[in-house]
Amino acid sequence: MSSFHIPTMAEMTASGQTPDVLFWVGCAGSFDDRAKRITKAIARILHASETSFAVLGQEESCTGDPAKRAGNEFLYQMQAAQNIATLNGYGIKRIITGCPHCFNALKNEYPELGGTYEVLHHTQFIRELIETGKLRMSGNAPFKGRRITFHDPCYLGRSNGEYLAPREVIAKLDAELLEMRRCKQNAMCCGAGGAQMFKEAESGDREVNHARTDQALETQPEVIATGCPFCNTMMTDGVKNAEQESNVVVKDIAELIAEAADLLDAPTS
Amino acid sequence: MISQLLFLLLLSTGIFFFARRIGVIRRNIQSGRDWDGSDRTAERWGTMARVALGQGKMTTRPVAGVMHILIYAGFVIINIEILEILIDGLFGTHRVFAFLGPLYNFLIASFEWLAAGVIFACVVFFVRRNGMAIARLASNDLKGWPSLDANIILVVEVLLMFAFLSMNAADAIAQSRGLEHYVTAGSFPVSSWLMPLYSGLSDAGIVAVERGMWWFHIAGVLAFLVYVPYSKHFHIILAFPNTYYSNLNPTGQMDNMAAVKKEVDLMMDPNADPFAAAPPSDEPPAPFGVKDAPDLTWKQLLEAYTCTECGRCTSECPANHTGKLLSPRKIMMSTRDRIEEIGQQREANGGTWEPDGKSLLGDWITEEELWACTSCQACVEACPINISPMGIILDMRRSLIMEDSKSPESITSMFNNIENNGAPWAFPAGSRGDWTQEV
Repeated sequence: MSSFHIPTMAEMTASGQTPDVLFWVGCAGSFDDRAKRITKAIARILHASETSFAVLGQEESCTGDPAKRAGNEFLYQMQAAQNIATLNGYGIKRIITGCPHCFNALKNEYPELGGTYEVLHHTQFIRELIETGKLRMSGNAPFKGRRITFHDPCYLGRSNGEYLAPREVIAKLDAELLEMRRCKQNAMCCGAGGAQMFKEAESGDREVNHARTDQALETQPEVIATGCPFCNTMMTDGVKNAEQESNVVVKDIAELIAEAADLLDAPTS
Repeated sequence: MISQLLFLLLLSTGIFFFARRIGVIRRNIQSGRDWDGSDRTAERWGTMARVALGQGKMTTRPVAGVMHILIYAGFVIINIEILEILIDGLFGTHRVFAFLGPLYNFLIASFEWLAAGVIFACVVFFVRRNGMAIARLASNDLKGWPSLDANIILVVEVLLMFAFLSMNAADAIAQSRGLEHYVTAGSFPVSSWLMPLYSGLSDAGIVAVERGMWWFHIAGVLAFLVYVPYSKHFHIILAFPNTYYSNLNPTGQMDNMAAVKKEVDLMMDPNADPFAAAPPSDEPPAPFGVKDAPDLTWKQLLEAYTCTECGRCTSECPANHTGKLLSPRKIMMSTRDRIEEIGQQREANGGTWEPDGKSLLGDWITEEELWACTSCQACVEACPINISPMGIILDMRRSLIMEDSKSPESITSMFNNIENNGAPWAFPAGSRGDWTQEV
């Protein structure tokens, strides 16, 4: 794979350019090693589809979502004010994000605080790229006929009613999509939301992610597809706990598309 | 004449106690904080029509849903019969609508089929509740009064429907014998099965059964009217305003606290005078978040009174599903019990409430329950009448953090990391863009 340069908003602005979209990476996507692979897959897709994009780099900061859901409204609003100042300063109009929690905060909670943007989850943007012909699947079809189940992230699905985009993108893989007993509106949480990711679970019979992974494994998948870096962590841990890691992989839809799409002949810069 | 007076007395007593109880609940609900639901009226009526009137969310669980719709339809439609009973009772007439002829026959026949349907559904519900191990119905949440309440409702409904059908059976026999006052009217497809029970009675016996069942039925209806607002069954009324005032925003969208925004705006404003004194005010500042029931909005208190304890929220809750203490249904029940208690103390104290040293957060709902929530909104989605237990949970976390600075240690670290590094983990902010060098 050829490497390419990912510009920051600061660089672009300095050279008098304005990208079409801002790629809002999020904390997990920036710092967590596993999630960084998802981020890179998204970046490769954006690059290969010749999308004009930039990131904020060091100027990006946590949206405040986990603070807000843990009850720290003050910290959340401080983060929001800072991010909105940055985004508005650059005149950002369109944002794509790899994390449903960032997606929900930016899309639904920032407008009232002065930050109004068109916000897309990466699966929505990938669908758009495929529909407009900017992204084509390669002839290899590495997932043709493979058994894939999709775990709906709460903050993409129930929060924002987006059940179709991830499924339509998976359909482009020519794979066999298997629905879990609990899916879409009734999908069960992976256990990471509401700031659970950052604390030990309360005592109970078992871990939420183990229970959810069992539901996914019931469909006998080869791939558990996710659309959220936190879900990805939880499901990966669940698969390990069930000792199924040699049979089942957990991958973000962006990673599946990056493997299946024609990214090789993309221009390099 | 005496029976008309007796009827009037019974009716006004029922209405008096019902109205008095409604007044109490109204005051309790209004003791909550302000909440503005005056916007988007067309959308609100639509939501109410779909979710409450149309039972739009009930059939996600097919058995309970279909049975519930049967009882609901029975309840709403048989109430037309109550109108006739009221007129007959007040004016001493008998089957005053009989002049409708074929239409009357059709109505009475439909009421009878619905009554049979209600009895069937109530028996199924009774068996499900008491004879089958359905987790959400056998849960500890319902131990004691809530479980008894549910059974009382089912038994009373069966008795009322049985009285209605027996009344019709006796009336039909009276009609066939040509007894005085008993006009030939009505069609009795279901109660005709009950006729063998009463056909051996004398004429006086038939009249006694017919009158007895008539009085038992209407007295039972009025007693039930008074009982309902003390019961989970109150959802039959409150489901309508509650769905009208549904949250119309995305379920994952949390409100931005206006009081905090004011503070943050001030901090971000370079022209603000950091030493300026706050404008004088007689009001103590409102606490952040929710510690006790009156800190909730009136809408949330309305939700607490509307909850019918079906437990769909709890059975979808990932925390509850994995054995944690949290039960969204219990959050709603605790909220109602607490605001009810505060209301009683306030009434006893002549209208003002002296804090009693207890609070919803701590005495009813524990921190352990609150911290088990993943904010996944499954409870909100599952509620057939659009209640949000999650809203109360997250509002209480606000009180824990912003009033009491109480959080699990790892949550405190997460806050510190966001504050210092702009990320929930302890990575330096400067390395945020490092991944771009790895593509």
